[in-house]
Amino acid sequence: MSLDLGETLESPSSPATDSVATPPPPTSATPTAIPRIALVGTPNCGKTALFNALTGARQKVANYAGVTVERKEGPVVAADGWRGRVVDLPGTYSLRARSPDEAVTRDVVLGRFAGEAEPDVIICVADATNLRLVLRLALELKSVGRPMVLALNMFDIAERQGWRIDVERLSRELGVPVVTTVATRKRGMETLLDAVRGLAVRPIEAHAWREPTSTELRVAHREAERIRKACVTQPTQPDTLTGRLDSVLLHPIAGSAILLTVLFLMFQAVFTWAQPVMDLIKAGFDHLATLVAQVMPEGVLRSLITDGVISGVGSVLVFLPQILILFLFIILLEDFGYMARAAFLMDKVMGGAGLHGRAFIPLLSSFACAIPGIMGARVIDSKRDRLTTILVAPLMTCSARIPVYTLIISAFIPNKTVWGFVNLQGLVMFGLYGAGIVSALLVGFIIRKLFWRGASEPFIMELPAYKLPDAKNVIMGVLTRAKIFLRRAGTVILSMMILIWFLSSVPGKPAGAVGPAIDYSFAGMIGHFIEPVLRPIGFNWQIAVALIPGMAAREVSVAALGTVYAVAGGAEAVGPLGNALHNQWSMPTALAFLAWFIFAPQCASTFGVVKRETNSWAWPTAMFAYMMALAYLAAFAAFHIAKASGL
Amino acid sequence: MFSGRAKSPESSGVVPLGSAARGFSGVVVGVGVASNDGGLQAGELERRLLEIGFVEGARVEILHEGAIGRDPIAVRLDDMRVALRRREANAVMVQADAGEAAYLTAAE
Repeated sequence: MSLDLGETLESPSSPATDSVATPPPPTSATPTAIPRIALVGTPNCGKTALFNALTGARQKVANYAGVTVERKEGPVVAADGWRGRVVDLPGTYSLRARSPDEAVTRDVVLGRFAGEAEPDVIICVADATNLRLVLRLALELKSVGRPMVLALNMFDIAERQGWRIDVERLSRELGVPVVTTVATRKRGMETLLDAVRGLAVRPIEAHAWREPTSTELRVAHREAERIRKACVTQPTQPDTLTGRLDSVLLHPIAGSAILLTVLFLMFQAVFTWAQPVMDLIKAGFDHLATLVAQVMPEGVLRSLITDGVISGVGSVLVFLPQILILFLFIILLEDFGYMARAAFLMDKVMGGAGLHGRAFIPLLSSFACAIPGIMGARVIDSKRDRLTTILVAPLMTCSARIPVYTLIISAFIPNKTVWGFVNLQGLVMFGLYGAGIVSALLVGFIIRKLFWRGASEPFIMELPAYKLPDAKNVIMGVLTRAKIFLRRAGTVILSMMILIWFLSSVPGKPAGAVGPAIDYSFAGMIGHFIEPVLRPIGFNWQIAVALIPGMAAREVSVAALGTVYAVAGGAEAVGPLGNALHNQWSMPTALAFLAWFIFAPQCASTFGVVKRETNSWAWPTAMFAYMMALAYLAAFAAFHIAKASGL
Repeated sequence: MFSGRAKSPESSGVVPLGSAARGFSGVVVGVGVASNDGGLQAGELERRLLEIGFVEGARVEILHEGAIGRDPIAVRLDDMRVALRRREANAVMVQADAGEAAYLTAAE
């Protein structure tokens, strides 16, 4: 790597002060001339906090074109009205990208990302208490030739811990302006912007970049180390808090016990805190549908609005509270620095199934709902590990399966005690959850062995120092997740819901016809058409029909069964659905139905999210196919084993 | 997979980091020695290790071990902490501090 010190030695102070003295008047800033500022830094350097401090709540979150990497951008306005646009690039230790996220950082920095404007100025963000690796990154970034500022973030913590940093010397050695910042308190923002403005007017002399060889990396490390030794004095009494916490939190026994406790609390919160709000949302949408039904004349349009749009949006929005609580926990744990520890503790278990330690939290989230789980898989760097995690996430028993399981269990499994102390119904429920976990691990293992043989990603991860999460940044993070989820609910998921409504209600019931309306719809036709295929697994046509609207969400199958049976059965089936099913289904059919729902890909929203996250229809299709095959096999086995054993 | 007995300490005290036990402390003397069953090319693993700070001259100390098979390991690397699997750690050669040789065999 060429360090090229001669060219930049004059840069640190003079241009910055020059331009501060003569700032461009705010009125002269035309939209095309707004400078673009890119934030680059190592993971855990407080880059997102700095981005939040610069842009406030006006940030836009989307995906980069063609890849599922989050693109965060927002406007920044200086005290005197000067404007810029800031883009927050994924954290990296090097421009040599190891993951899709890091490839975005590299390509945007190098100005070769199609559709992205080249950055005018780079802010290299550094954790002032942990400068070792970022100085090498800064040297690499500087060699690209774009104007750059180094922001020494978390400077308050560094001062409190007793770090002494010679900022002027550092600026001279690196040949770039160096600014100290405390993003969480918005300190140093104006100074940082002044430095950026000084550089934004300079012409860019972009150099060619190529991957450094290991020899060049060593040379750069030595140079970074020389600079660090010259400019940074370590505290005489190093911070021992992280070490003391780790000796408990990473302890083989105590650490695992604490991890389990944290997870237990998290799921308690997801299920109990979310429930009242979920009930409220559901009641609200039901109420809205009733209101609309009262004012609108009966017909296809009313049905579209009440049964399609309102109940469709409602059935997705009802998951919002769970998603918010889950992400609140995930972001808190991430910001505290615990997530890396959880990955450390779980790596061996996950690794046995060919998964990365970091896959643990996304898979766990999938117990609430596969959608946040699949969205959460973004914490995994490697593309292959991320895909494996996404593919197995829907096998985890999500909360939408609970209504299906409880209905069938209460109707068919006797409420008795076995082995002296175990409730049989509870045991079956536990078995269904267990089957989901075991099959997810097995499928992960098979995917690894079959498709990605030999290519095992290394597990090398920095364990960041523990930090108290900043309330404002946590809230902004949770709100960002909520926005992403709502946008998805409003586009892909809503359109699928309307498609399913269309299939279930068109064509309408002919006048004077008997039987449920759904029986005459496309869904009914499809149900009757596929019934012969489902007969070997013990399903009748009523089940086949109910499975079509059940594609909207698993618990909708319960409602659809109610529709099919309540009307078809006449007066005697008006009682609870469970009784109706008990009278109409055999035990082998019920067990096959349970086995089906462990695996069946009965959730259109999941496929919508997988499509978004993988940016291709190939992966959702593959997922649908393998889950369908497993569901059929499992139901077939359950039906015939139960029949053979005389149940 | 990993066994503390696999590598007996040489007289020089240079061992792969992946074979050292908790409490080991020493200095990195080589990075990029090919790991036996790794999925990555040796050169790629070498560069990743370098990028996260495993560079000749860095001080290492094994702080924690995983509960199952004592894998992965958490190490202090100068003034930062890094977690990695023993398989990857085997590509880092470390020279034990004087008087630390006991830890090499303490692995079993």
